[in-house]
This record gives sequence, structure tokens and C-alpha cells, in this order.
Amino acid sequence: MSRKWIVLGTALAVVLAFVAGVAVFTNRSNQEVKQAAQINSEALVRPHSPVFGNPAAKVTIVEFFDPSCETCRAFYPIVKGMVNASFGQVRLVMRNAPLHHGSDTAVKILEAARVQGKYWEALERALAAQPQWASHDRPQPEMIWALIGDIGLDMTKARADADGPAIDQLLRQDIADMQALKVDRTPGFFVNGTPLREFGEAQLKALVQQELKKSATP
Amino acid sequence: MSEEQPIAPHGDGRNAAFWTPLFLAWLLALLATSGALFLGEVMGKAPCVLCWYQRIAMFPLVLVLGLGLFTSDARSVRYALPLAAVGWSIAAYHLLVFWGVVSEGLVPCGKGSSCADADVQVAGVVPIPLLSLTAFSGILVALWMARARATT
Repeated sequence: MSRKWIVLGTALAVVLAFVAGVAVFTNRSNQEVKQAAQINSEALVRPHSPVFGNPAAKVTIVEFFDPSCETCRAFYPIVKGMVNASFGQVRLVMRNAPLHHGSDTAVKILEAARVQGKYWEALERALAAQPQWASHDRPQPEMIWALIGDIGLDMTKARADADGPAIDQLLRQDIADMQALKVDRTPGFFVNGTPLREFGEAQLKALVQQELKKSATP
Repeated sequence: MSEEQPIAPHGDGRNAAFWTPLFLAWLLALLATSGALFLGEVMGKAPCVLCWYQRIAMFPLVLVLGLGLFTSDARSVRYALPLAAVGWSIAAYHLLVFWGVVSEGLVPCGKGSSCADADVQVAGVVPIPLLSLTAFSGILVALWMARARATT
């Protein structure tokens, strides 16, 4: 009889130690990511980064975004809705995080549209058709050119820009910032510099609410 | 009717001298299993192919030996030994790959993480296959002791 209790007690002790280990480890890695965001705060927003909403908003959501990522696509209307419902208090800054195969080409096309002031139009066209061009084993990002043919771009210039050194440099900067901020999956959110650690729509909304309250009480 | 009992019967056998080494083997398997799950699921280190084969040998030991302990059943040693032996062999091979004794070209590693990668270390010092080999060695010794005690 007592031997059974020894077995059960040992199993329970190991399970408890495991749970405690998870708590300690999660806490420590959260601290590390927070520190990375504090040390590299200049890496959050760059002058070239597209901004949606009031540029002078008190709360800034920085989203590390991959045009091929399904969760980014699902979150796009949610985040946009949060900005629209905030009466100019929240803005969204997009950063490129091309983690999927073929995403770099897609990002370059969208950035070429940004040069002509049509980033958001191009992004919405690309996201709407994401299932067609962004299959993970056979991505065809070149298809985006056909999708954005009628949004009023100078296509010759856009194609030249997409392959040009300026956008290449910008993409390298975004990737370097992504690594400095320890973003390893998309979408990666920061709200006023605080990383969203537990992923989810409710968690993101709670973090934005918290920052809105902070900005209301000086 | 012979007085001899080659293997302790079911239940709380009075001459269950095998219980302590069996418990040690189970404890090692339990610690190795939770360690592997911690590295993989919590720390996010993707297991390489050879790591997966070692997991396949290690994880069932927790249940097989645990049930054996619960019913003081020495026959569980018989079912655990092949698993431990297979796991030990894969761990030894993995360590040779890690140390570069066996060429990496022979390793069945595809797109996932490499089995010879420096990432296969805990705290940047101890190679995970060495931990695995130590655990399997300890389990084999403890099981061998349990078997020796159960048959005498």
C-alpha cells in the first residue's frame, strides 16, 4: 500500500516541478523579450514604416507582419477595426517579417506600392487573394502584380522599385529589427513598446485598453 | 508442488527486493521524459529525428515501469529491457554523430533540426544525447539489478 503512495507522490512531485519550471522559464523569457524591446526601442518604428490611423495617436500598435501568414490575414480586420473604433487614439504601424518562403517577394511588391502611396490598397488586394498565391510549398507571390493592376499604380516604376536597392535595404532593416526584438513568429505585436506575450485577440485588446488608460492619466 | 518461485507473483510480494531498483529505473525514465518535454515544448527546441527515436523508447518506460511498480510486478522488467536497450543504442549513435565520429552524411536528418547541431546542448555545455545515454545506461543497470533480485 505504502509503495503505491511512493509512486504517486513521486509522480506528483515531478509534475509539480515541471509546472514550476514552466512558470519560471516563461517569466524569464518574457523579461528577456521586454528588455529587448526596451533596449531596442528605436527598432520598433522606422521612418519608412506604413502607418494606419492618426499619426499623432497616443497608443501605437506595432505589428510585425508577413503577407503570406494566415493568422496575419485573420488579424488584419481585427486590428484595423481597433484603430477605426478608437477615435484617433490608436494607430497601427506595419513592419515586414518575411518568415515564409516567397514572402520577401510579396513584401517588395507591397513596398513598391507604398512608394506611390498605395500600400493599404495593395495589401488588402494581396490579403484577399492570399489562399491563391501564398501556398506554403508552392508560393507564387508574383501573382500580386496582377491583383494590384487596377489600383492606379505606375506599374513600370513599381516593378523597377520592387527590384531596386532602396526597398532591398528597407527589407534588410526590417529583418534586422525583427531579430533585435526577438520576434520569431507572426503576427508579432507591440503596444507602446510592450510586447504581446500571450497571443490572442482578447489579450491584444486588453493591452491596448491598458495603454489607453495609462495615457489618459498623466 | 515446488517451493521455488522464479518470479515474484502479482500483488505486494513479501520478497519484492526488486522494487527499489525498479523504482530507480522508473524515476530516471520519468525525469528524462519530463526533461525532454520541457526542452521541446517549453523551451521550443524542435527535436531532431534521432531525438524522436529516443523519445519513442523513453516515454513508454514511464508507463510500463510505473504499472510494474504499482502492482509490484517484476515481469515489467522483461517488457522494459528491450525498449531501454534500443533507446541506449540510438543515444550512443546520436552521441557519435554529435561528436563527429560518424559522418553527418549518414544521419537521416531532413528539413528539421540537425542532430549534429551545437543547439543540441543544455546550457550550452552538456550535449542532450549524452544526457539521454546516461539516463538509458542508468535504467539498464537498474533493470538488470531488478531482474537479478527478482530471480533469486
